Amino acid sequence: MKQVLEGSHAVSEAVRLARVQVISAYPITPQTHIVEAISAFCADGTMDARFLCVESEHSAMAAVIAAASTGVRAFTATSSHGLAYMHELLHWAAAARLPIVMAEVNRALGPGWNIWMDQTDSLSQRDTGWIQLYCEDGQDVLDTTLMAFRLAEAVHLPVMVVLDAFYLSHTFEPVDVPRQNQVDRFLPPLVPRISLDTAHPRVLNQMAPPGVYMEMRYNIQTAMAQVPRRLTQYQKEFRAIFDRPPGDAVEAVQCEDAEVVLVTSGTISSTCRQVISDLRSRGEKIGMLKIKMFRPFPIALVRRFLGAARKVAVVDRNFSFGASGVFAQELRAALCNLDGHPPVFGYIAGLGGRDVTPDTLVEIYRRTQDCPTPPEESIWIGLNQEVVQSWYN
Amino acid sequence: MVQLDIPPNDYINPGHLGCPGCGATLAMKFALKALGEKTVVVIPASCWGVIAGPYPQSALQVPVLQMAFATAGAAASGVRAALDMKGDTATTVLSWAGDGGTFDIGFQSLSGAVERNEDCIFVCYDNEAYMNTGVQRSSSTPYGTRTTTTPGQGWKKTRKKNMVEALAAHRIPYAATASIAFPEDLICKFQKAKDLRGGSRFIHILAPCPTGWGIASDMSVKIARLAVQTNVFPLYEVQDGLKYTLNYQGGRPVQDYLQVQGRFKHLTGADCDQIQQKVDEDWELLRGKAGIYVDPAAARAREQRQCKSKARKS
Repeated sequence: MKQVLEGSHAVSEAVRLARVQVISAYPITPQTHIVEAISAFCADGTMDARFLCVESEHSAMAAVIAAASTGVRAFTATSSHGLAYMHELLHWAAAARLPIVMAEVNRALGPGWNIWMDQTDSLSQRDTGWIQLYCEDGQDVLDTTLMAFRLAEAVHLPVMVVLDAFYLSHTFEPVDVPRQNQVDRFLPPLVPRISLDTAHPRVLNQMAPPGVYMEMRYNIQTAMAQVPRRLTQYQKEFRAIFDRPPGDAVEAVQCEDAEVVLVTSGTISSTCRQVISDLRSRGEKIGMLKIKMFRPFPIALVRRFLGAARKVAVVDRNFSFGASGVFAQELRAALCNLDGHPPVFGYIAGLGGRDVTPDTLVEIYRRTQDCPTPPEESIWIGLNQEVVQSWYN
Repeated sequence: MVQLDIPPNDYINPGHLGCPGCGATLAMKFALKALGEKTVVVIPASCWGVIAGPYPQSALQVPVLQMAFATAGAAASGVRAALDMKGDTATTVLSWAGDGGTFDIGFQSLSGAVERNEDCIFVCYDNEAYMNTGVQRSSSTPYGTRTTTTPGQGWKKTRKKNMVEALAAHRIPYAATASIAFPEDLICKFQKAKDLRGGSRFIHILAPCPTGWGIASDMSVKIARLAVQTNVFPLYEVQDGLKYTLNYQGGRPVQDYLQVQGRFKHLTGADCDQIQQKVDEDWELLRGKAGIYVDPAAARAREQRQCKSKARKS
């Protein structure tokens, strides 16, 4: 049934429908609406689940790790500093091979304090072993959250469902909320791979000497490598049950004949769709590759869709200091061994919640069009030179 | 003290990786004798993370969840929540942390868990420093101790944090101290804690470390006993954060305890006198708490009796 839902509540509804049993969370803006709604579901009996109000994000992740280790479906949500505070345990959750799902609302890291949109928080967790799925709109949020549980439980790795702060977390959109019996068909009860059980005592997460550690790491990568195939498989099931397509790992929009392909993620993709529609109507050859799945990085798909492109312009709403935008890095790495690959222009835009408007994307398109090769590794869009000069450096 | 037969069952395997004379290993042995096989143990980074054995072995015959250093309280809460959701309220969740994982890095998580009154038994096996990493000071290290991060004349000049008082201040149903030198008392306290389901229980066990304390491995139990006999580590219980019960009255001079340990050998007579004074103060304070406790129901009943008696007289 279609409902007008806040992006945050699209997560909460999916968590309810997924019959999550243990939720543990700590407040941080702009994530709080997600767990407030879940907390209410637990309190009024809408969900048969235990909600742990812990005293930090570190403890929130520890509690869901422990719950998942005891064989129940577990969820948490966080953002920004909360995610950074969890960092140690993100490694732990993945290496313990636990199918935890976490909603992560992209928010800038301080200082200066900034509660607005920026992807650096989630992207700086890229080496932790979490699958990362970026959402474009409210429907995508709900669908991706359901898919996240399915994927996590198939490959025994945790999944981060990533939403843009405010542009998505606090925006109300019509969302088709499926019926419980539909979700039950898509997402059967958890069959835990491991579970603490006094009838079958075993020890989890113990010391792993050099003779076994490397193999454990290799197995995590093997599981990661299964994700694209599993995602394709579950997309078919999803479409059959819910009668709509869930988000692809990547989505190519008019890339075939494009002179410039913009690479986007999150809500910028929606803005870009509008720009493509406008510019195409004027005969401009612009395309878009939306990357939904950042981990595992969809190398094969990127090569397929961008290998023959003329120019690629990556829009990064994040930055890795001393390097470049993170999507640009990953894309360059994916393309570098491909003969005749296109030049990759890296653009930095919209950090700390600055709007990325259609005009921003048109500027990126024009600048890419005008240069035969990238003038520098990263081109920062819309910098106010007065503020740059006044800030200490 | 109630004398009990020590249960014959053991849930710890021979071949564990504890050092000879390890107090923490004995503590676990006794604790599990009391708690039995329906126990899940949560172990954060600590000596016990090593003692429990490397993959693919286990020193314990009960399920163990090893966790990151700061997480014992939260992880135990997560296990409890999941067991409850699975309908298993009978299994005991035992959080088993060292002093670092309780007094220092794990304090926030523990405080959060007991404030929520999580239905778990939280144990600190206390060897009074970071022994697993080579004897660095913790906030449990007593005044006067030399460690590798309080070396030479820089021996620790601040008090040991009083963890039982901190936990009692959370008004949890049960907090107690225990010692590997008093196994009947220790087992009795674990049985009591096990039976007090539904809330947070905390047991603080002094667990000597021969390596870190500079003692022979056959001296662990003796020195643990001296800690109690000198009132350095009194045995007591606190119910609901208010009702104190002393289990043992010591009185030997602290010098008897200090002089047999390498970690205190630098102390002068004057230093030892100062420590004696602190121990005496703490002991009096504790005795006061045990003595001045008045049961509110009994107090109300007494007041009512007095009122009635006054009414009759008038």
